[in-house]
Amino acid sequence: MSDKQKRGLSVSSEGEKAEHKAVLSRRKFMGDTLKTACGTALLGLGMGTYSRQASSFPAGTIRPPGALSEDEFLGACIRCGLCVRDCPYDMLRLAELGEQVALGTPYFVAREKPCEMCEDIPCAAACPTNALSHELKKIEDARMGLAVLIDQEECIAFQGLRCEVCFNVCPVQGEAITIEMHHNRRSGKHAMFIPVVHSDTCTGCGKCEKACILEEAAIKVLPTHLAKGLPGTHYRLGWEQKDKAGGSLVKPDIEHQYNLPEGVRYDYNQGGLELPPEAKLEHDTPFSSNPLDSLKKLQNQENK
Amino acid sequence: MMVKSSERHQVPSQQAVEKKGWWRAHKWFILRRVVQLGILALFLAGPLLGVWIVKGNMASSLTLEVLALSDPYVMLQGLMVGHFPTTEGLIGIAIVLVFYTLVGGRVYCSWVCPVNIVTDTAAWVRRKLGIKVSSQFSRSSRYWLLGLTLVLPLITGVIVWELFNPVSLMFRGIIFGMGWAWMVILAIFVFDIFVSQRGWCGHLCPVGAFYSLLGQKSLVRVSAYNREQCDDCNDCFVVCPEPKVIRPALKGADKGIGSLIDEGNCTNCGRCIDVCDEDVFKFSSRFKG
Ligand code: SF4
Ligand code: SF4
Ligand code: SF4
Ligand code: SF4
Ligand code: SF4
Repeated sequence: MSDKQKRGLSVSSEGEKAEHKAVLSRRKFMGDTLKTACGTALLGLGMGTYSRQASSFPAGTIRPPGALSEDEFLGACIRCGLCVRDCPYDMLRLAELGEQVALGTPYFVAREKPCEMCEDIPCAAACPTNALSHELKKIEDARMGLAVLIDQEECIAFQGLRCEVCFNVCPVQGEAITIEMHHNRRSGKHAMFIPVVHSDTCTGCGKCEKACILEEAAIKVLPTHLAKGLPGTHYRLGWEQKDKAGGSLVKPDIEHQYNLPEGVRYDYNQGGLELPPEAKLEHDTPFSSNPLDSLKKLQNQENK
Repeated sequence: MMVKSSERHQVPSQQAVEKKGWWRAHKWFILRRVVQLGILALFLAGPLLGVWIVKGNMASSLTLEVLALSDPYVMLQGLMVGHFPTTEGLIGIAIVLVFYTLVGGRVYCSWVCPVNIVTDTAAWVRRKLGIKVSSQFSRSSRYWLLGLTLVLPLITGVIVWELFNPVSLMFRGIIFGMGWAWMVILAIFVFDIFVSQRGWCGHLCPVGAFYSLLGQKSLVRVSAYNREQCDDCNDCFVVCPEPKVIRPALKGADKGIGSLIDEGNCTNCGRCIDVCDEDVFKFSSRFKG
């Protein structure tokens, strides 16, 4: 092919014309393909970025029981709504466009309608993708979130009033919430009955939040990662380790040497100062043990 | 026969109505709408009337508590994340795959997808308004997008496309609540009318692209079995959502091409059958030609 043709100049014979046409259409094809490819890449970038943003799950909304961790859930749930349909209490919903929850995924708001903890977990059973894990066999093992008595200023139990409504509605009663008695320092003579949530048994069903008697609930179910702290992985509690091992794991401390008079020792566990037996008997003091003696002494001095 | 071509194109079914009567000139069109709306009605009967025939939505559904169906394309996106469906899910995918492989993948488009009603209407409005300008996308854009929607989950771990997919958005929206999804539908409607002819379904939608791949070798096909009768009125090209698929079958007799419209992108909508006053087309099968 000559230079002229490449530049698309003065094409003469039929064969050359056809070839010229082919070159042009190939160029157009390549150009189009490039355009489409670039467009696709840009779009991908946009969608990918948006998807990262959209995958933040707002506190205050809860996934149904058995839901995988939020990261995994967004890769698994196909937004079919079968869980929503099979919930006999009709408390789940699918996120609509414009809501904060990732589009089309199921969630509930405890304060509106909490999870009733069905024994057969129909929502999870209906899920075709295992986004709600079928491995969850007992609803008590569900961990939808964790209840936290978040406002200890407004909860009336902290005012020393009897309430315990949250304690009474809890389906895992006596385990997920217990009542602990504390001294009421305001009245000085009463007890405060404080609800305490335990993370090892709370399912996050939200019944307590729904039932809280306040205008705005003092106890709220939060996503577990917001509600829970986590000590460093190397952190151990000495007394627990000691119980586990059946004895102290470290050598006992060397007993402290006190610089004390002969025969006197100091028991730093309970006893305190220990005097030799004879020292305890003879109180070598100028003062009599009878207070009247002192008075008499004073009188004698005045009479002189 | 002396209708000016521009006028005729605004009402491509006019001649067919005159010659075959209104019903035969709209038969497949009406049947499709009945099926599309019927499917929606089945899903809506539960939440609206308390009659639970079908639960879920197009992504996955359960009919009469036995028949599980799942959308293979949506599930495939999950699979790209590395997430495997349950047995019910897998059975549902298999049934749907077999069905569309037999009847034609894009039967999903013309007989099921609710967006099709929107884009068909947009095409109709566009013809009515006589809008000719159209920005050109390559029809292969949709396959790029299809690829993209399958690669993104791999990278992000999220089923990204389902945050945007207008098909899921509209179907789920109708059944579970729209939110702002109607804006997306409106955007497609406006885009198809004013920006690009058959822009969404014919060029961009990766869902349609996926189903076109499924239906490459389907049994049910439209055939231009009567192609000698064609009087070049062009009506079929005007109504067809994928006009490119018609030409080889209709005009390929000299080149020895069979009369079967053997193209994955034919949606088997049957509109060409309706609109042809010469009865050139009919539904046929791969084996009959
Ligand atoms: S356990 Fe019962 S109440 Fe709770 S979300 Fe599932 S179906 Fe609904
Ligand atoms: S049933 Fe499973 S896949 Fe369907 S919306 Fe619920 S969690 Fe998602
Ligand atoms: S969320 Fe509240 S009611 Fe439910 S288990 Fe936990 S403490 Fe009990
Ligand atoms: S129901 Fe509310 S106010 Fe009453 S004890 Fe529980 S958290 Fe406090
Ligand atoms: S191309 Fe996409 S939007 Fe159009 S009818 Fe098919 S699936 Fe629906």
